[in-house]
Amino acid sequence: MTQKIELTDIYKIAPHHRFQWEEAQNCYVILFPEGMIKLNPSAGEILNLVDGKNSVENVVTLLKEKFKDAGDIEKDIISMFEFALNKAWISKE
Amino acid sequence: MTTLNNGVEANITQTQPLWLLAEITYRCPLHCAFCYNPTDYADHTKNELNTDEWIKVLRDARKMGALQLGISGGEPLLRDDIEDIVTEANQLGYYSNLITSGVGLTEKRIDAFKAGGLDHIQLSMHDITEEISNFVTDTKTFKLKQKVAAMIKDRGYPMVLNVVIHRYNIGHIKEILEMAEKLGADYVELANTQYYGWSLINRNQLMPTKEQIDEAEKITNEFREYIGNKMKIFFVVPDYYAERPKKCMNGWGEVFMIVTANGDVLPCHSARVLPNIDFPNVKNYQLNEIWYDSSAFNKYRGDDWMKEPCRSCSEKENDLGGCRCQAYLLSGDAEGADPICTKSPHRHLIDQALEDSKNEILQAQPIIFRTDKNSKELIQGEHKERLKDFKAMP
Ligand code: SF4
Ligand code: SF4
Repeated sequence: MTQKIELTDIYKIAPHHRFQWEEAQNCYVILFPEGMIKLNPSAGEILNLVDGKNSVENVVTLLKEKFKDAGDIEKDIISMFEFALNKAWISKE
Repeated sequence: MTTLNNGVEANITQTQPLWLLAEITYRCPLHCAFCYNPTDYADHTKNELNTDEWIKVLRDARKMGALQLGISGGEPLLRDDIEDIVTEANQLGYYSNLITSGVGLTEKRIDAFKAGGLDHIQLSMHDITEEISNFVTDTKTFKLKQKVAAMIKDRGYPMVLNVVIHRYNIGHIKEILEMAEKLGADYVELANTQYYGWSLINRNQLMPTKEQIDEAEKITNEFREYIGNKMKIFFVVPDYYAERPKKCMNGWGEVFMIVTANGDVLPCHSARVLPNIDFPNVKNYQLNEIWYDSSAFNKYRGDDWMKEPCRSCSEKENDLGGCRCQAYLLSGDAEGADPICTKSPHRHLIDQALEDSKNEILQAQPIIFRTDKNSKELIQGEHKERLKDFKAMP
């Protein structure tokens, strides 16, 4: 059931979910009832920009600026959005 | 109030108490037949930690990396300091969960929890019928639970319903799910009874048949299909009908830490039944010493303690030999394979229990409800006939 991500879409962290940096684990985590997910560094960087204001396109631009040597990361970012949406970690603004 | 490990990352390399369960009091106004609390809880209702001691526990565990906090019991709302505890938990950055029967949840208290930053409330429900709900809890609480559910929803909390499944309600799975939908539940846990504590003594009365479980699972899957992402449904398959045990608590001393009402620290709910282990208490030791260095927490960590058939088993990473408490309670050998495993030399005990669950004479024995009186009687050695199959008092 993959939903399509448009570059103009704006997402936020889904209700009842909390996204935060965890010093003790040295990574970002998502917390929700009965569960927690430790995010790998790139997923963490992406979700950190999912704030109900940035469009998907903005997120891509910002990360391209931040990681200049990373090459074409747009596809990876979009698939991360798809993944997060399917897991219901993020929802549309 | 059993399943905690949905969604925990599987490949954890280094132990860290990510989940802290505060069993904040063993007192409870309900008397559930399936309660997993120790049958000798009446001995542990004294010397509860006070507010400051709990706050220290929260701070220390948070420093060690704890993230998910469950506040449970007994009925946590019997304490009047839950407001202070959730406020502190929020400030520390916990994702906090109040696990309650709903008794004692007033408008005033829920507003204070909201203001303090409590993240969610898990409400136990029992059945769609008032009769059965009141019967298994041995109280008149059905209507109250409905009211509390509405209050939880009204305050914008995610609604997590926990329904312990047993012979008396397994035929109503569809109706229970429909009720959950009507109440606007976001998550529903259909937790098949696991047999520890009170539920073990009442096993013959509570255990459904294989056919009933299969049917319930089928109905659950159909309902999932219909409801989609709107309501997440967890169906926790009961051990007894499986061929391999579960990786109990995701491994002994791996990610779960339970602090009981009087401050004893345990790696799982029922660990106190195990022989020759002294569980350290937060009044005498620092929490990090307890987690990393105590002999109790190291005793069954990893797989060095194993013996055959687990030691040389190719599947041992999957389940780490299953549950130590179940192994001990049923076979008398705390280091043996969990008797659920078909490779265990004690599997026949499980098969016998499955047979017994069809025996109408055994089923007709009265349920021993979780009451102070029954707990005291069990401590004094009464009800021997009900305990003779178990190696320790469950
Ligand atoms: S299972 Fe029932 S009796 Fe046991 S603590 Fe929960 S509400 Fe109380
Ligand atoms: S023999 Fe032991 S390790 Fe192997 S599957 Fe059975 S319980 Fe697990």
